[in-house]
Amino acid sequence: MTATEATAAHPATDEGPVLRCTDLSKRFGGVHALEKVSFEVRRGEVLALAGDNGAGKSTLIKTISGVHRPDEGEIRYKGERVVLDNPRHAREIGIETIYQDLALADNLDVGANVFLGREPTTRLFGLERLDRPKMRAVAHDVLETLDIDIPERKLHEPVRNLSGGQRQAVAIGRAIYWNAELLIMDEPTAALGVPEQRKVKELILRLKTQNVAIIFISHNLVDIFDVSDRIMVLRRGIKAGERRPSETDHNEVVRLMIGG
Amino acid sequence: MSASSGDDSEGRRHPALAFLVRAWPWLFLFMLCVFFETWARASYGISFLFNRFNLQSIALFAAFPLLLGLGQTFVIIAGGIDLSVGFVMGLAAVVMARVMQSITPLDPALALLCGIIAAILISLVPGWINGTLISRLRVPPFIGTLGMFGVARGAGFLTAGGTTVPVNNEWLFAMGNSRILEIPVPVIITVLILIAMHWALSQSRFGQYTYAIGGNRTAAVRSGINVRRHTLYLYMISAACAGVAGMIYTARFSAGAAQAGEPILLDSIAAVVIGGASLFGGSGTIIGTLIGALIIAIIQYGLVFINVEPFWQFVAVGIVIIVSVLIDQSREKLTGDRHDSD
Repeated sequence: MTATEATAAHPATDEGPVLRCTDLSKRFGGVHALEKVSFEVRRGEVLALAGDNGAGKSTLIKTISGVHRPDEGEIRYKGERVVLDNPRHAREIGIETIYQDLALADNLDVGANVFLGREPTTRLFGLERLDRPKMRAVAHDVLETLDIDIPERKLHEPVRNLSGGQRQAVAIGRAIYWNAELLIMDEPTAALGVPEQRKVKELILRLKTQNVAIIFISHNLVDIFDVSDRIMVLRRGIKAGERRPSETDHNEVVRLMIGG
Repeated sequence: MSASSGDDSEGRRHPALAFLVRAWPWLFLFMLCVFFETWARASYGISFLFNRFNLQSIALFAAFPLLLGLGQTFVIIAGGIDLSVGFVMGLAAVVMARVMQSITPLDPALALLCGIIAAILISLVPGWINGTLISRLRVPPFIGTLGMFGVARGAGFLTAGGTTVPVNNEWLFAMGNSRILEIPVPVIITVLILIAMHWALSQSRFGQYTYAIGGNRTAAVRSGINVRRHTLYLYMISAACAGVAGMIYTARFSAGAAQAGEPILLDSIAAVVIGGASLFGGSGTIIGTLIGALIIAIIQYGLVFINVEPFWQFVAVGIVIIVSVLIDQSREKLTGDRHDSD
């Protein structure tokens, strides 16, 4: 694997890969959802995961994010072997997953979503009290760091009032605030209009420069070629191939996806 | 991002209407007060509102639906519903009366203490069962609590032997009927619980998780919130509120009755809905439920006060419920808030 050239100018890339999976297998009953899949991702690198429906993409990301346990194989995170017990464990060590549309509580504002499940509190007369000013301030800062423009007023409204791209940005912002070192994005552009897709892709490229490792799942080959450093193709649970965008084209990737 | 500017302006098309839609429970409460006040002055030459007896009565009227509604608010915000609270209230009232009947001859004060503990503990049993059915065994809340509605009803009547259970205990009578600074003790108890619940919902993590579960259960699970345990707690809180209501019932009437909460269940749900909570979950406030309970109590008491046939109360409250849901539905168009429900 030619991992040595994964985005230069970041000292962290000199370390080993953030994530290295070896021979991951997962079966559901008699179905081989994953069969001896091996790959790695480095800091500041975008690995695109392509494959038809049922190819094993979701099983793979669920295995990395702690939802499923692999039946066989090994996951090494930052060089150490890990057994991910549950999604919370994965998040604690810095693996954040952004699911397509299940990421946010629509009725809460941006700050509440950034802190969901990990709310900061202060005390008033000895009673626990949500630190809403802090949640607002952090929401504002996080979005600013990512250069996401959401009007101040909208920050205090339920996120259902935001556009699809803004919501995706909030989900990404949350992951970044909690120091994600590996970000798994499941179809982040699927439900978006074209201008918003562009925004999210810009955001992914910006995260790259901040040294985050990204696994990017998409059906859209244009998006994949736009943002990824490497493309891994799955077909019926098996790794069908791995290519650099500069060394391949849509046709070859499609061939890998459907076989033949 | 650029795409947002479109829905922005659209959402702000009718700022005045949007305000009305948000503030309507307050306005409606105000209008009700003005209506009955005018009527009372015109017809009887007395004040409706600036009248200690009327205020005390309205507060007592509102206390039961409010107590059931407080727990119900949490449950409904989390996307559930608790139909069992009416008969859980009755069960708690009857059990408290039975316990006190047997201990009062020994020590009346101890009997009251034991009665209170018994009322709360017994109410937690159906609460725990509701919560377990719904959170662990995935029974839909409507069905699970409807089943418990029947179980608690039967258990209440069985405990009571099919009649009311009288208790002759001066401590109990004092708890239900005395006043501190002219405020009835049951109202004081209700207000204290109201304040605690308001704090829990609006200021604590517990409240935040309740909203999150109602807004997007999957997101709540993925954020590491223990949704099952939280759901269990919600139904236990709801049942405990019913237990307190049953306790106050027994105190006010010096008797427990299994049917104590029967007419109150729907009023409590109505209070929550009129107060702005969505039955689809995710929204609602304790203050809203308070306003809703006051609206219902003032309609009920006010109609009696101006000598309208009492059955019109049902019609009036029913219409208010329907109107409040209609207003909630139109909120989307007027304020730009999108609802998950559609």
